[in-house]
Amino acid sequence: MSALTALFYVFAAMTVFGALRVITSNNPVHSALYLVLTFASAAAIWMLLKAEFLAIVLVLVYVGAVMVLFLFVVMMLDVNMDSGGRGFWRSSVAVFVGIAVALELAAVLFLHFKGASIADAPALPADYDNTKALGALLYTEYVYPFELAAVVLLVAIVAAIALTLRRRKDVRYSDPSKAVRTRAADRLRVVSMAPVPRSGSAPDAPATDATDGGPAK
Amino acid sequence: MKTAYLLAAFAPLIGSIVAGLFGRQVGRAGAHWVTIAGVAISFAASLWTLFDVLGGNTFEGALYTWSVLNDLTIEVGFLIDPLTATMMCVVTSVSLMVHIYTIGYMADDPGYQRFFSYISLFTFSMMMLVMANNFMQLFFGWEAVGLVSYLLIGFWYTRPTAIYANLKAFLVNRVGDFGFVLGIGLVVAYFGSLDYGEVFAAAPELADEQLGLWGSTQWSLLTVTCICLFIGAMGKSAQFPLHVWLPDSMEGPTPISALIHAATMVTAGIFMVARMSPLFELSETALSFIMVIGAITALFMGFLGIVQNDIKRVVAYSTLSQLGYMTVALAASAYSVAIFHLMTHAFFKALLFLGAGSVIIGMHHDQDMRNMGGLRRFMPVTWITFLIGSLALIGTPFFSGFYSKDMIIEAVRYSEIPGAGFGYFAVLAGVFVTALYTFRMYFMVFHGESRWGRAQHDHDHDHDASHDDAGHHGLGPNDKPHESPRVVTVPLVLLAIASVVSGAIAIGPMLFGDFFANSIVVAESHGAMATLAEHWHGWVDLGMHALKTWPFWLALAGVVTAWFLYIAQPGIPASIASAFAPVYRLLDNKYYLDRLNEILFAGGARLLGRGLWRGGDQTIIDGLIVNGSARLTGWFSGVLRLAQTGHLNTYAITMIIGVALLMLFVILPLL
Amino acid sequence: MTLSLAHFLALGAILFTLSVVGIFLNRRNIIVMLMSIELMLLAVNMNFIAFSHFLGDAAGQIFVFFIMTVAAAESAIGLAILVVLFRKLDTVDAQELDSLKG
Repeated sequence: MSALTALFYVFAAMTVFGALRVITSNNPVHSALYLVLTFASAAAIWMLLKAEFLAIVLVLVYVGAVMVLFLFVVMMLDVNMDSGGRGFWRSSVAVFVGIAVALELAAVLFLHFKGASIADAPALPADYDNTKALGALLYTEYVYPFELAAVVLLVAIVAAIALTLRRRKDVRYSDPSKAVRTRAADRLRVVSMAPVPRSGSAPDAPATDATDGGPAK
Repeated sequence: MKTAYLLAAFAPLIGSIVAGLFGRQVGRAGAHWVTIAGVAISFAASLWTLFDVLGGNTFEGALYTWSVLNDLTIEVGFLIDPLTATMMCVVTSVSLMVHIYTIGYMADDPGYQRFFSYISLFTFSMMMLVMANNFMQLFFGWEAVGLVSYLLIGFWYTRPTAIYANLKAFLVNRVGDFGFVLGIGLVVAYFGSLDYGEVFAAAPELADEQLGLWGSTQWSLLTVTCICLFIGAMGKSAQFPLHVWLPDSMEGPTPISALIHAATMVTAGIFMVARMSPLFELSETALSFIMVIGAITALFMGFLGIVQNDIKRVVAYSTLSQLGYMTVALAASAYSVAIFHLMTHAFFKALLFLGAGSVIIGMHHDQDMRNMGGLRRFMPVTWITFLIGSLALIGTPFFSGFYSKDMIIEAVRYSEIPGAGFGYFAVLAGVFVTALYTFRMYFMVFHGESRWGRAQHDHDHDHDASHDDAGHHGLGPNDKPHESPRVVTVPLVLLAIASVVSGAIAIGPMLFGDFFANSIVVAESHGAMATLAEHWHGWVDLGMHALKTWPFWLALAGVVTAWFLYIAQPGIPASIASAFAPVYRLLDNKYYLDRLNEILFAGGARLLGRGLWRGGDQTIIDGLIVNGSARLTGWFSGVLRLAQTGHLNTYAITMIIGVALLMLFVILPLL
Repeated sequence: MTLSLAHFLALGAILFTLSVVGIFLNRRNIIVMLMSIELMLLAVNMNFIAFSHFLGDAAGQIFVFFIMTVAAAESAIGLAILVVLFRKLDTVDAQELDSLKG
């Protein structure tokens, strides 16, 4: 067994173990952490496959951002742990289906893909730079999906904020756009009144009476 | 096409439309003037037509072609021959008398214009019926007179008894019409035409044609057709057992009882059979059938007339009995005699009805004969005309009824078809019965002591008094009956004259001349008329000869018996009634035929309806199909609903299982 | 045996299976269900990388790039929804979400 094979088995075992513990943990925080382990091990395997850029991206994006987000949410929501109890073995249907799917996949794979040994994979040139190769492809041939992916991310941001935004109910605030659009005529009403002469004393009623306040804002 | 024909047919229609649709605008007087004008014009045109026809001018032609269906032409047309002309005169003359009479009789009725409109409409319908030259127009007239009869019987439509009666009349007529339509259908199917001329010409060729009914039995086509047509006549002319509507039709005002249920509508059946004589002569079975039915009606309806207490009901049963006489005459192949009796009967029966109406007016709309008596002192004109009508009815020599009735009796005597013996017995016995009930009525009303002081108003459904139930009907202890106004008595007088002279004048030419030569066909084998002709020596001779015949003495016996029972010893009828109580009960209940109809047919129809409603409609259609399908859908959706758990997991699991299955299907071939 | 494509693909398959079972099991906790979805995506990515390497085609890795982008966006929105849901129901139990029950 070569070093490559041994490494593969080690990392694969860690991945599978991590995945298994994700789904069987009682504690969601533990599940999240095991998922981090799974991703890290998967990144290592990808490096074996000479896809180092994506392996790093996996760690940076998934572990660094997504899993952190998961942990935020898990801890923020203060989930009741007691209700989390469920037995792995109680759901025999699930197990049965799982085993069935696994066997099916394994059967197909080992029957048809046994031959392709890793040694027979196409050789890469000595100065092969994975990042550069991906970049060259991404910005030329796949630039349109690239832009769309950016839009998807934008949508995700907006959606996440829009969904969870809460407003305080007890705060009164004025709508700035309305304030800017007010006209003098909405606030002030000028009423003309004829002077009313009074016998003896000088008339003290002015020609116009400006009333303050007007319609409520 | 002469103008007279169009005037005769359509003048009453115009009068009817004006009085009916514009009644309020023309007012009461306007309504009666316009309708009387219409009928008077029609009468004048009919008389002119009669003289024209006597001069030899017949007419047969189409006025308007309604539709042409493949080979069948349906048109509106006229056939004017002596038979038609006779009927036209009878109908219009009686109608005119009734129109004038109505001015007095319906003077304080709110539906005055409506009534005139209806009776004019009736006149129009009857004219279309008798002037028709094809079966479709005959059927139109037939149905139209039935409809107007319905409208008129139920004229006072707020009265439940009137509604009951008019529905009964219409429905029983419907039963007859069912047979009639079958007959017409057979005519269309086998003769291929609705026109009288074509059908009569083709009839002898089809004399031996057979018709397969109910499987293997073969019937003569013409027998079946004639019997079906006669069933229509049974309904319209109230022959047993479809006679049950006529006594109830007395719910209508007396003028229409006179017009429709004595003189004209009920004679439509008789007229129809006479018109179809070319067909009927070819089927002896049909004639025997007619003979038996007519004989039963003639005799047994007479019996019922003896026990009636309502003056109109007596005359109604008398009409039924006389219709039986006419039918018997038809069966004896003496069609001209039947038409002759139709004519004389129209006059004296209308007279009797109108006279009864006059009596009713005088008695302040009390119709119970037990409350009358001695009216001759108070209503002289009515008395004399009524007496003349009664004498005509029983067949007093030299009166019109004598000639026609005697000829019927003789014709049946000489007839040789099966059933003629029973027919002869029936009409002969009927003479006694007729005299008995007629003069019972006459003596009870006009002679004897005046009984209205101790008026009794029994409220069985036979007795029907005034048209205002709330008001007091009948005479109070201090009222006296009075003679009716001139508009009432003048028609009575005119009809009385006709009842006396029309027989003697018409008998010679009508029966033994060639008046009906081309209208009526009599087969050689049915020789009754021929035998009668051999014995004919003129009307005077016939009158004198009467003293030697049975009918005269039977009639006299009837009169004497009536006098004895109701004037000399008035207590006897009650003791006879109690001595023969079962017989009396049978007669009082009209042979339980009404009960039979009520229980069997009406009850049966209701049972069928209820059964279909509960079983068919409610259970099957509503319950099973409509609600059942709804419930099935509900149940099914309830089952489907189980899949909608609302839980995310369930859906995810279902999807995953589905994917697993799909993978199985994809992978298995690969392995 | 020598390392072959099948090994990597088998690994992906096992990860995928585990995530499917994870969805089955974790009815009580939507967060863990979301994590199972991330596992599913990881399994798919594994396949893509493996094929990209064995076929010498970088397009597979580009695709993984986009998958990761979308997965990140999706988990963000998913968690936002979860937060709002939690505010309403005060639980993350998937069994409680049954207002669509027919």
